[in-house]
Amino acid sequence: MSAPLLTLEGVHTHIGAYHILHGVDLVVPRGELTMLLGRNGAGKTTTLRTIMGLWKASTGRVTFDGRDITAAQTPAIAQAGVAYVPENMGIFADLTVSENMVLAARGAKSAEAIDAKRLDWIFSLFPALKKFWLHPAGLLSGGQKQMLAVARAIVEPRALLLIDEPSKGLAPSIIQNMIVAFRELKGTDTTILLVEQNFNFARQLGDSVAVMDDGRIVHSGAMAELAEDEDLQQKLLGLSLAAHQ
Amino acid sequence: MSTSIPAPAAASTDALPRTRLDYIPLLLAPALALIALPLIGSFPTWVTLTIAGLAMGMIIFIIASGLTLVFGLMDILNFGHGVFIALGAFLATTVLGSMADWTASESLWRNLLAVLPAMVVAMGVAGAVGLAFERIIIKPVYGQHLKQILITMGGMIVGEELIKVIWGPQQIPLPLPGGFKGAILLGEAAVEKYRLIAVVIGLAVFASMFWVLARTKLGLLIRAGVQDREMVESLGYRIERLFVGVFVAGSALAGLGGVMWGLYQQNVVPQMGAQVNVLIFIVIIIGGLGSTGGCFIGALLMGLLANYSGFLAPKVALFSNIGLMVCILLWRPQGLYPVAKR
Repeated sequence: MSAPLLTLEGVHTHIGAYHILHGVDLVVPRGELTMLLGRNGAGKTTTLRTIMGLWKASTGRVTFDGRDITAAQTPAIAQAGVAYVPENMGIFADLTVSENMVLAARGAKSAEAIDAKRLDWIFSLFPALKKFWLHPAGLLSGGQKQMLAVARAIVEPRALLLIDEPSKGLAPSIIQNMIVAFRELKGTDTTILLVEQNFNFARQLGDSVAVMDDGRIVHSGAMAELAEDEDLQQKLLGLSLAAHQ
Repeated sequence: MSTSIPAPAAASTDALPRTRLDYIPLLLAPALALIALPLIGSFPTWVTLTIAGLAMGMIIFIIASGLTLVFGLMDILNFGHGVFIALGAFLATTVLGSMADWTASESLWRNLLAVLPAMVVAMGVAGAVGLAFERIIIKPVYGQHLKQILITMGGMIVGEELIKVIWGPQQIPLPLPGGFKGAILLGEAAVEKYRLIAVVIGLAVFASMFWVLARTKLGLLIRAGVQDREMVESLGYRIERLFVGVFVAGSALAGLGGVMWGLYQQNVVPQMGAQVNVLIFIVIIIGGLGSTGGCFIGALLMGLLANYSGFLAPKVALFSNIGLMVCILLWRPQGLYPVAKR
């Protein structure tokens, strides 16, 4: 088995006076989709932001592809191959869909310079983006904005995608489209760490799973095991899959 | 390989709200000019005042455009911006003073060859001082507005005193070069040559800024950074370098504006930065903090209103700027073109 792409060892994060992460230990296997689950306020978003360098770990170690990135600046982490889709999607509302994509494609100076094959593939995943290519991103619907946010993250090959609650606030049909898109992404050997509260969404996509509570990882293992064990779901998440179907 | 870049498609607007150009602010300056025409009564006088107002507006825009970008991108309230204006103006007195033969000439080309180095020196030195100002004074107070106000005002006071040390506390004349003096006749309207030059330079600066912001990736990064700095960093761009670059460019533009303002007033005083500071803050508030287009319209409105009211009702001119700001903010509390920020 190859070495994990990302590991967190004993990571503590403080935001001002608040101690949010209390020693997070997490392993993200290469080429897999790892779900990070947990209740509101468990520390999932803080974990992603700490990996991305947006909040610095007070202690502990974050290793990406064998390299210690604990103290690295966010742009350096992004340049190393980590793409981040925040919970609020981080869309530049005043820029067009095309301009949002050009910004995400660091190697491209204009839309014409984006890899055409890759763009075609993205349009096949998210046809709405082609339709509204020259429109201001702020006018898109919530689902379309989420598609744009994910499209930005994959416009150039990245080793690791960090995606925060992509299904939040979306209609069921849009969520189903997202699931199809993530399945296709999984087929490209991209490693994904995906924060999610929708357990049904998580169950359909996850290869492995880590569950957080109170700033710690309280469970990690195969997604299939958790999906089949209602008692464990009840214990860790306070719910069962049946409640989400 | 087939190209994937979609062309604009009329049908693609079906499921989206229509993109509406917010054109009303664009009409304000022409509307103000049209309203002033019957009040002034004389067409030639109106032309003279309008060109004078546009010239004043352009100079204010050059000075203020850097400040609005600095606020929009860096979220910094730089009350020390005025010191770069004064610095530019005082440097112009030194450069133009050392080229007296060139400025005394009636040849416009010889005059331009004197003014151009003055502008280049003013922009270069103001930019360099801006770099030091940002690194030493502003960087420690990123994200702390109250401290920014206090320390940048303090920086301006120190800057003013340093100008007094170098050039002395007295007013220094900055006469227009020979070829810039006088007026040309447009029909029956007399238009001062320098004001036309100011309009041309102002339009060139606006066009350059517009091109950079709208047509280059650097401009795209600046516009994105104004909206969401954190996301720009998450996409892999070192926004701090962009910050510094924009701050230096803004300081250099203030230096250029200082040269033009000094020539417009034909004298310079160490306190001129503080005096102009009030005008430029009004302009960027009217325009919408962070908006270059809004800043341009706000500056034109201020220039036109100051000239029209100065002619029609000189006492009203004393508070026309504040009156303009009050009216705009009552109509649009976030300015003419508020920038969408996270």
